[in-house]
Amino acid sequence: MPTVSPLEMDDVPMGQLPPHIQLQRTRVFCASDAPTQTENIQYSGAYASMGVDNSFRLDDFVKNFRVEVVRLDEDDIEFDMIGIDAALANAFRRILIAEVPTMAIEKVLFANNTSVIPDEVLAHRLGLIPIKADPRLFEYMSENDTPNEKNTIVFKLHVQCKRGDPRITVKSDQLEWLPNGSEFQLVTDNSTSNSNSNSKPKTYTSFSRSQTSLPEFSEDSIALKHNDITIAKLGPGQEIELEAHAVKGVGKTHAKWSPVATAWYRMLPEVVLLENVEDEKAEELVKKCPVNVFDIEDVGEGKRRATVARPRACTLCRECIRGDDWENRVALRRVKNHFIFTIESSGALPPEVLFTEAVKVLESKCEQVISDLS
Amino acid sequence: MEHGSIKDSSSSTFSFADEDHTLANSVRFALNQDPRVTFCGYSIPHPADALVNIRVQTTGAPASEVLKDAVQDLMVMCQHVRDTFDKAVVDSKVSGSVKAMKIKP
Repeated sequence: MPTVSPLEMDDVPMGQLPPHIQLQRTRVFCASDAPTQTENIQYSGAYASMGVDNSFRLDDFVKNFRVEVVRLDEDDIEFDMIGIDAALANAFRRILIAEVPTMAIEKVLFANNTSVIPDEVLAHRLGLIPIKADPRLFEYMSENDTPNEKNTIVFKLHVQCKRGDPRITVKSDQLEWLPNGSEFQLVTDNSTSNSNSNSKPKTYTSFSRSQTSLPEFSEDSIALKHNDITIAKLGPGQEIELEAHAVKGVGKTHAKWSPVATAWYRMLPEVVLLENVEDEKAEELVKKCPVNVFDIEDVGEGKRRATVARPRACTLCRECIRGDDWENRVALRRVKNHFIFTIESSGALPPEVLFTEAVKVLESKCEQVISDLS
Repeated sequence: MEHGSIKDSSSSTFSFADEDHTLANSVRFALNQDPRVTFCGYSIPHPADALVNIRVQTTGAPASEVLKDAVQDLMVMCQHVRDTFDKAVVDSKVSGSVKAMKIKP
């Protein structure tokens, strides 16, 4: 009996994947016990035995990659990214959270704090206030730098609750931007201060000019994103006087520099009816789904059939495949290369700019590697 | 920094300081899809150190060249993603303003 290699059998087509393997390659299967086929097949020779080349071709990527914006508001964006690997989608998400710079309050100089909130707690609260200032216009301040108009934003807070008055709430709108830099004078020896009494007194910052006079900042370009954040509460006779210095930083140093509230993605859900689900079964299926994925349509002759109307709404709660035999009627899958990406900006930059900045960060990392290698 | 033998340039380990999964996983993705690569993986030796090691073994081509090509590919992909995204945002803003004006296209 002649032996025939399975690859030479007539029903194994060369050069294309059999449908079930193609499905495993492009979909995650969500069964009732666990998701399967969650890995992305990246290895170029993964399907070599079937005559399929899995290596990367740039022109294929360029041809297949698509972006569709679903929703774009002042602070939110939701868009579909189609034809990209999870490795890159996740890189963009990680960069958005941890490596796109913003400005945040880092140093707080207390002149007076008689409130019940300790200095360090108040300083921490101030740090978390989002500042609406374009970080691309600023430079990083390293350890030996002196604070100047290119790397520091100075805010002042001076509030007092008079004796006999009711308690007051200090809100973020009481933080006042000082475009000329710090107003607190450095403590110096009498001998030196006498000798140059004509020059400007030295303060905690050395601004050479006002930030309002710089062409890149217009009058209202630096402000706080929200004016109604509670900073502290003051009782009668209590007072806070401080200066807050904001500098440029990234989210991996401290979350206060993260430009996003959150950035996340999910793979596109795919709900497939494996057989016709009719009449009572159809109604049962519609009732099973908590997010209303299914609809019922009339097919004539008094028969009704379930249809998948809103697969995008599916949360993969797997309610619909619970119970006897439902797993044979409904298949829940996710499309591996279709990402529904959502970015919520915390206010420093609009969300669409944040994403382009994130991609630029990855590009500059690549550039760095290339220059290191050559 | 590259660690490998002088005699055999086809397999090397590359250490990148101040990098993490973000770059390493993307590079691994790009490398694994290159037919010249027989093995590629990365590790972070200690979570407290900002350091990743990327291991590249090839069928014969110098590992550093293959890595460079992969990173180059990655960069071109990024540029394409950025261009496509910017175009999509402009399109959605235009169509959004058309909707707001209630003009029938």
